Amino acid sequence: MRTIAIKMLFGDTAKFYGILLGLSFATLLIAQQASIFVGLMSRTYALIEETPQADLWVTDPTMQFVDDTKPMQVTALQRVRSVDGVGWAVPLFKGLLVAKLPSGARQICDVVGVDDASLIGVPARMIKGDVSVLRKPDTIIIETRGARSRLAQPINPANPTGPKRPIEIGEELELNERRAVIGGIAETKPTFQNVPTIYTTYSRAIGFAPANRRTLSMILVKAAPGVSVTELRDRIARETELAVYTPDDFAWTTITYWMTQTGIPINFGIAIALGFLVGVAIAGQMFYNFTLDNLKYFGAMKAMGATTARLLGLVALQGAVAGVLGLGLGLGVTSIVGLAIPGDKLAFKMTWHIPVIAAAAVIFIVVASSLFSMRRVVKLDPSEVFQG
Amino acid sequence: MIEPTNSIVCNEVFKTFGVGDSMVRALRGVNLQVRFGEMMALVGPSGCGKTTLISILAGLLQRDEGELAVLGTDPSALSNHERTIWRGKNVGFIFQQFNLIPQVSILENVAVPLLLRHHPKRDALDRAAKLLEEVGLKGRELTRPSKLSGGQQQRVAIARALVTGPRLLVCDEPTSALDGATGQKVMGLIRELTAAAERVVIVVTHDERIYHFADRIAHLDDGRVTHVSTPAEALAESAERMGDAAKRH
Repeated sequence: MRTIAIKMLFGDTAKFYGILLGLSFATLLIAQQASIFVGLMSRTYALIEETPQADLWVTDPTMQFVDDTKPMQVTALQRVRSVDGVGWAVPLFKGLLVAKLPSGARQICDVVGVDDASLIGVPARMIKGDVSVLRKPDTIIIETRGARSRLAQPINPANPTGPKRPIEIGEELELNERRAVIGGIAETKPTFQNVPTIYTTYSRAIGFAPANRRTLSMILVKAAPGVSVTELRDRIARETELAVYTPDDFAWTTITYWMTQTGIPINFGIAIALGFLVGVAIAGQMFYNFTLDNLKYFGAMKAMGATTARLLGLVALQGAVAGVLGLGLGLGVTSIVGLAIPGDKLAFKMTWHIPVIAAAAVIFIVVASSLFSMRRVVKLDPSEVFQG
Repeated sequence: MIEPTNSIVCNEVFKTFGVGDSMVRALRGVNLQVRFGEMMALVGPSGCGKTTLISILAGLLQRDEGELAVLGTDPSALSNHERTIWRGKNVGFIFQQFNLIPQVSILENVAVPLLLRHHPKRDALDRAAKLLEEVGLKGRELTRPSKLSGGQQQRVAIARALVTGPRLLVCDEPTSALDGATGQKVMGLIRELTAAAERVVIVVTHDERIYHFADRIAHLDDGRVTHVSTPAEALAESAERMGDAAKRH
């Protein structure tokens, strides 16, 4: 009987495709918008992910998220280093600076200055060159995405708006009237601000930056062997009165800022809710109509000895099949769209939670519409089959 | 008194729908006996209670009052679930509009009553194929109902009604959607396939042309069985009424 129930579903082509389209579209909207939201949020803490060596991040207490740099006095570094249990502590500079490109154009760049001695904070994946180039004078490392896009140079210098080529090693930028030579190109995770990132040493970075008494953006800390990271976090915070985060805490603090202080979640939430409503409106309504259309056959079955539970099982099966197909198709299209858009243009990150959320939404739509349909089946009077 | 030769006994059966001003007395004391092996036609004007009566006999509705025995059971005394099971075991249905599931083959349509009772699929389809052969549709098992004529669809419905081997077959206007010649063939087939000593067939009809297939005709009017006649007597009565009507004009 299950086969017949499924054939009934597939056989009503117009309604079946309507249900499938509704569920797929709802899944697509929910999963795609949620994936872009997660992708965007994950970009907000890209710097933290790019610096896996640090156990703890120390910042000014008023700093709200990773890009919200509130420079500290350089003495903060010594205070942190003096805390018992600190293995090492290194400075990090982070700030937005205007770079003058070889073509004469200007571009805002995110400059990251890493510890001169250890170079902790430099991206691990170098595409061209080596991190050791930073030991040469005036040298910087740029990331490949910026090299190909915002820092790209016109092929014909006489035509600055014409076709462009990626900027290369050996070419020079000007940062705050100071020469910066590209010594390497690295692969990094895309950032939320989507401006080119420049890596250099801490001392060179503060030289590029406008003069400021406070230059220390963050301090990266490694716990000494055998020292509990959480205990060390609490101890540093207590003794220095600075904010101290584990990488996960810092990432969540950053996400929380964007979630609570911007309209991003509301906008995405509206899109996701619309997807859900589309599913309810189209698929739910279609499935309900499909059951109504088949009510006379269910009535005949009831007359022929089908128990209500048996009929409800058939309706539930039809709903489940439609739900699984709609969900699968929707997630498939979402994944293809996510993978098909080249490069980092689309902040797309489908974590395992997203298919689960989409599945929950589809299950809700299918169960709700099935329950409405089932209500009609339960109330169905089998004697109605004799009424034409 | 319920005699063992009677498959159906109704004594003073009443059925009312609605309450207050909207109350309709559909049956007002029906008395009827139908014997095993008999085909009984229920005839009468629209609204006389034919559909209500077969619904009660088939266990689709419950009587309000009176004594009822169908195949030795009072289906109105059973719970909803028990009545459903009872129907599945004992009653076959032929509907006016066939009610064949359009999205599946006629073979699967015929097998539906067995499959609903969790009968093994292979056996159900074998039995369905055998019955389709008996109704003259061998070789068309995989056809969808919409590809068949009305007469052929009603043959499928007959096969479906008989696939569980019911002892009571209830036919609701089985020829009303068919032309005269096809209706005769379909009734001939019902008569042929259902002729069995242990089976009873109830046919609700307005079609006088099929009266002669029945053994007896029960005439209903205003919620009661007014009298029971032979087909010849029923046709004579009808002709008399027609003559009277012609004279009045």
